[in-house]
Amino acid sequence: MKPIMTMKTISGRELPNYIDGYGLVKPFQGAFNDGGIKTRSSVELTCVPPGDLKVLESLEEALDKLNMNDGMTISFHHHLRNGDHVLNMVVEALAKRGLKDLTIAASSIFPVHAPLVEHMKSGVVTGIVANYMSGPVPEAISRGELKKPAIMQTHGGRARAIESGDLHIDVAFIAAPTSDTYGNINGVYGKSACGTLGYAVSDAEYAAKTIVITDNLVPFPACPIEISQIFVDYVVRVESIGDPKGIVSGTTKITNNPVALIIAKMAAEVIKASGLVRDGMSFQTGAGGTSLAVAAELKRIMKHEGAIGSFASGGITGYLTEMLEEGLFRTLFDVQCFDLAAIESYRNNPRHQFMSASMYGNPHTKGAVVNNLDIMILGATEIDTDFNVNVTTGSDGVIIGGSGGHSDTAAGAKLAIVVTNLMKARLPMIKAKVTTITTPGESIDVVVTERGIAVNPRRVDLMEKLSQAKLPLRTIGELKTLAEQITGVPKALETSEKIVAVVEYRDGSVIDVVRMVIDNGYLER
Amino acid sequence: MKKFRRTMLFMPGNNPGMLQDAAILGADSIILDLEDAVSLSEKDSARILVRNALKYLDYSQVEVVVRVNPLDTEFGPQDVDMIARVKPDTLLIPKAHEEDIKLVDMMLDKIETEEGYGVGSIKIIALIETAIGLETIHEVIKASRRTVGVLLGGEDLTSDLGIMRTKEGEEIFYARNKVATACRALRVDSIDTPFTDTNDYEGLIKDTAKAKSLGLTGKAVINPRQVEIIHSVFAPTEAELKHALRILGAMEEMKKEGKGVFSLDGKMIDAPVINRAKTTVELGQRLGFMER
Repeated sequence: MKPIMTMKTISGRELPNYIDGYGLVKPFQGAFNDGGIKTRSSVELTCVPPGDLKVLESLEEALDKLNMNDGMTISFHHHLRNGDHVLNMVVEALAKRGLKDLTIAASSIFPVHAPLVEHMKSGVVTGIVANYMSGPVPEAISRGELKKPAIMQTHGGRARAIESGDLHIDVAFIAAPTSDTYGNINGVYGKSACGTLGYAVSDAEYAAKTIVITDNLVPFPACPIEISQIFVDYVVRVESIGDPKGIVSGTTKITNNPVALIIAKMAAEVIKASGLVRDGMSFQTGAGGTSLAVAAELKRIMKHEGAIGSFASGGITGYLTEMLEEGLFRTLFDVQCFDLAAIESYRNNPRHQFMSASMYGNPHTKGAVVNNLDIMILGATEIDTDFNVNVTTGSDGVIIGGSGGHSDTAAGAKLAIVVTNLMKARLPMIKAKVTTITTPGESIDVVVTERGIAVNPRRVDLMEKLSQAKLPLRTIGELKTLAEQITGVPKALETSEKIVAVVEYRDGSVIDVVRMVIDNGYLER
Repeated sequence: MKKFRRTMLFMPGNNPGMLQDAAILGADSIILDLEDAVSLSEKDSARILVRNALKYLDYSQVEVVVRVNPLDTEFGPQDVDMIARVKPDTLLIPKAHEEDIKLVDMMLDKIETEEGYGVGSIKIIALIETAIGLETIHEVIKASRRTVGVLLGGEDLTSDLGIMRTKEGEEIFYARNKVATACRALRVDSIDTPFTDTNDYEGLIKDTAKAKSLGLTGKAVINPRQVEIIHSVFAPTEAELKHALRILGAMEEMKKEGKGVFSLDGKMIDAPVINRAKTTVELGQRLGFMER
């Protein structure tokens, strides 16, 4: 079906009102345009009477019981990250059974999921819904090898889509580092321990069928319980759900890169000047070397000012658990553990608290944790002069990431700071228009680069504070010019009309689409 | 306003990425190195790279110093000829002796005339790293009016002396004294040898404090992470600034009463104490710690 008409998002992106394989398009109209009264989806379930057993001896036995059909949507969480065995195991088994036209709703896709590419080519998999993708799968999607456009969501947006019924899951396959015989699971024990299971909660609660897959079956009841038996139909025991080496890193380290350290120091100065360093403050940052360096700088400032924070949130690293132990934060909200130290802290310290993806960032709840966030440190692959941020595609138009919690936290935080090098290799990071809008400029307050700081003109108050603190302020246009003086202006990408991915904002509206790049022979990575 | 040379950061002249970012790393001066950081097979390409960096990149926020190769090698004179034509602020002359400085001075006179720059606009810093250079330091400094400072090269000097170089640095105690005193006498900057353990920040603080206590005015840097620490050691403390301001305040009072020498907190305040207080306050003002 050809597009009937084109519409514009509030950020000026032109979208068709209908996309084949996706459906009707609701264009993005502002971060908080779609609030008000909402309804949660109802779930049909099969009651389990006393005496019934849930443990099955093999995945095949589970698939026999499930009556799976062509065209179903199956879901996975990404807590095992690049060590995950479960997604490949399940899709391979379904392919052998001759199923076609499946949609994979995985909270994230990693390089380890490369076998999906063959299943895309053979028609076993025709749809993918994910919040973040890296590796061969998004590269193949970018080349147009998935039948339907992929749907890119946010962490909060995925929970919203599942709970509202926008994303109906037929079967949720939940990898569990520990499960008891009745389906109570946790991620803190077992050889594949990954910490919290925050991204799997909505799947378990709202899928028509929920199957736990574990390599550490323990007697009933498991302790602790992160996701409870009341949502679980069957438990399947397998040899291994993942490779611990790919699940978590041993330690996450602060960068040594001098330019990144300068950026981190400036970001911390921005936080200080904003006046948000005070008792009760809250903070979130990523696990990258620069993000951790900001945390290290902030720690110094908090100690100096004697400020005790209320919470740090997000994916949690050992660095944040140290801050918790030193008394710099009262609690942590953890949706996902990034390293072994975080897992250990979550297991042992009651102040290190669990949060589901919905509690983390779902806009259609009675208030997500991002709403309480003061300071958020964000990355970017591109920023434009309207402060729109791209973390979905590279400058070559190929999908290399996705929002994850980017748009959710940016929308909620009082101060959303993007930290980035002004140039990466030979490319300027600030452009007239980003290749893909992931997070709208209205949510971004400050951009910090090694060559200066740009404040969103909407934040006049902040501009005054930073200027009083004598920080090196420039306009975003000036930063762009500065970069281009060194790198020149790169030629615009040539894209075809074909839409390979739809980028959904957290409220389910479409903020942008990714079009297939015309391959000049440079796209092989 | 006179530029600081608290930190002079070495950057390899053969690394385009580092040359691009050199100016923003916080050091007062950057030393683009054509000598030790560059292997023999890359001497020509690094020279061209540094020339182009000076031509096209914005280094206006820092002093750009280029360390050329020793003048008695085939590369040294070629370095001077190519680099001086794109007008660096300063050349750093390794293994400096009186004759080397005189030779560079003459070459620069000629190049500056040919290129239409003001004669004398390119400055010289002498790298003292041989026993003979150290013992003839007055002649080395006086060999050119372009000379604005001396950098002490501890590694090569101890090698020339045939002694061990240690972290504690007792073996260069004499050299530091000699460089600091000679430079003060001839009113040029004295830059201490770098501290080479880039992960030992406590050691760096001690080493810098020692250099400062002996009268050296700055320190060479081999890793950007050292810059801020060195600046903090060279900066006057809040207590020092307050004390200096009290001395100057008391002096104004005493002037009105016509007294030359007076006492404050039971200590005699005379001209040298007042001069030191003035220097401290001036430094504090230049570093932006206090209003002018």
